[in-house]
Amino acid sequence: MTKGIDVLTICQLLRPAEERWIASRYRLTRADKDAVPDDIAARARALITSGLDGAPASLIDRMPRLELITVNSVGYDLVDMKKALARHIPVTHTPDVLTDDVADLAIGLMIMTSRRLAQADRFVRAGRWAREKFPVAGKVSGKKLGILGLGRIGRAIAQRAEGFGMEILYTDRAKLNTSYRFLPDLVSLAKESDFLMVATSAGPDARHMVNEAVLNALGPDGILINIARGSVVDEAALVAALEGGRIAGAGLDVFEHEPNVPPVLFGRDDVVLLPHIASSTRETRSEMGRLVIRNLEAWFSGKPLVTPTPETLAMLANR
Amino acid sequence: MSDLIDVLQVAHVVPAIADKLKATYHVHRASPGDTIAPDLAPKIRAIVAGGVAPASLLAQLPKLEIIASASVGYDGIGVTEAGARNIPVTHTPNVLNDDVADLAIALMVMTARGLATADKYVRDGQWVAKGNMKLARTVSGKKLGIVGLGRIGKDIARRAEAMNMTISYTNRRPVEGVPYKFVSSLLDLARDNDFIILIASAGPDATKMINKDVIEALGPDGILINVSRGRVVDEAALVQALKSGKLGGAALDVFEDEPNVPAELMAMDNVVLTPHLGSSTIETRTAMGQLALDNLAAWFAGRPLLTEVPETQAARRVAK
Repeated sequence: MTKGIDVLTICQLLRPAEERWIASRYRLTRADKDAVPDDIAARARALITSGLDGAPASLIDRMPRLELITVNSVGYDLVDMKKALARHIPVTHTPDVLTDDVADLAIGLMIMTSRRLAQADRFVRAGRWAREKFPVAGKVSGKKLGILGLGRIGRAIAQRAEGFGMEILYTDRAKLNTSYRFLPDLVSLAKESDFLMVATSAGPDARHMVNEAVLNALGPDGILINIARGSVVDEAALVAALEGGRIAGAGLDVFEHEPNVPPVLFGRDDVVLLPHIASSTRETRSEMGRLVIRNLEAWFSGKPLVTPTPETLAMLANR
Repeated sequence: MSDLIDVLQVAHVVPAIADKLKATYHVHRASPGDTIAPDLAPKIRAIVAGGVAPASLLAQLPKLEIIASASVGYDGIGVTEAGARNIPVTHTPNVLNDDVADLAIALMVMTARGLATADKYVRDGQWVAKGNMKLARTVSGKKLGIVGLGRIGKDIARRAEAMNMTISYTNRRPVEGVPYKFVSSLLDLARDNDFIILIASAGPDATKMINKDVIEALGPDGILINVSRGRVVDEAALVQALKSGKLGGAALDVFEDEPNVPAELMAMDNVVLTPHLGSSTIETRTAMGQLALDNLAAWFAGRPLLTEVPETQAARRVAK
């Protein structure tokens, strides 16, 4: 019986149906991540969070009975993994279920940016079509796509891009077992690519990986797409490169200081700006929520976790 | 200049092509509906068009030998009159297929995922003010019905396959050698799919083929994408279905009365509206212009034409 188990959720992304289900099985309390009451922090044995909400050391420290952190996202860079591992608290996430949505969005965003489709929609709605010609844009099919980070999502993007007759190049920590062409460093990848797709997972070493030198290498005909994490791109350098015409455009689903977007980008037609919605479909959010549930259920019935993070898997194996 | 061939250019072409045209011919600019000056008209031996060159224009040009159109469609060109005068019409098939297919897929993703609305949401500062957007719909793994499985239809299908979609289609007749399911009835196709992409070449019988019944069969979760011709869709019925929620969403690159777009559509956030961009990339416009130039060059050098339309080919064969 799990009814007596206290669970805390600070997750913005859980859908009502899944939240209701959890509330029917556990003593579930919802709190704002910045205002978790002391009593629930003291009691909760599981924490449900998301990639946006994270789990800082300050919160984990206030939760003496915490046994499990379940992240309703694939990325968990805002979870203090060091702290969690030191306390032997396993962390689960939601890989795979959102891969397709993210890859679809990446492809859509790439075409939108190159073909100026959001601008075109604004152009029609403003009634300008009757008076003006819409500028000719840039082609996508057959161009070179450079992928930074050929993990699950990177591969799903590559699979789609192959359908568009694109040539696919990538860089990653090491050469992988794939037919796509590997480039050992990001500057060479940017130099060779028409589109640079950021699909790497975010860690401290990925911060500002896409810097001024990388953007300059991408060049005045190159387009940057970021569907990974805002922190991977040096946003100030990106804004400067766009303003200086040193790259052709950018399609961004993520930003360094979400939900704040550099206001100077709002007036630009060479960018597409999305509010971090790569996995925000009803279908996928339900799948993600179900995965949170399966991990909770597994943990509290003594079964193996369904989707532990790799660090967690290593920790559990060493016990 | 007098030894250069006089060419009437009635279309906008990209600068690189305009330069090449001027380097080879004596180019005169006009609009397709213009009256051509009487001293110029008898000198014109070729028209460079962009899909429009009506019979009224052709009738003014007694020495006209060829019409080279930098477009795939030529329903605005007087092909019957041209054929009767033994004048070939050339167009630019296939060159633009990739662009149209890219556009169709992007419009599908944009509509299902609400991406144009999302861009506006960020620019208007609503992300900060109101937080996360409401959830959208997944594309991958869903069912796509294609109306018209010609070359571009197949290019769309190949891209959709890479997104793990299940593809079926309707067409005048089943297409050989494709792994997609043929559905003879448009109504059934609409009923059984999440997305419908229209890419049928638009003969007169295609007018308002997508009527109220087809739109309602696609249903409240369905999305319609049109990258063929505006008149294929009953626009009034479409607007009505979107307003009443009987259709989930629509992405339109073409309209019944371009450049006029129904005002009601402009206020909806479940639609994406683009100004007939099908092939509007610098790469493709250059390739289309080049193919028109190559056809002109072939003609004046007495070589076979590269991409003559079937109607004038047939008429000229009969004339021989």
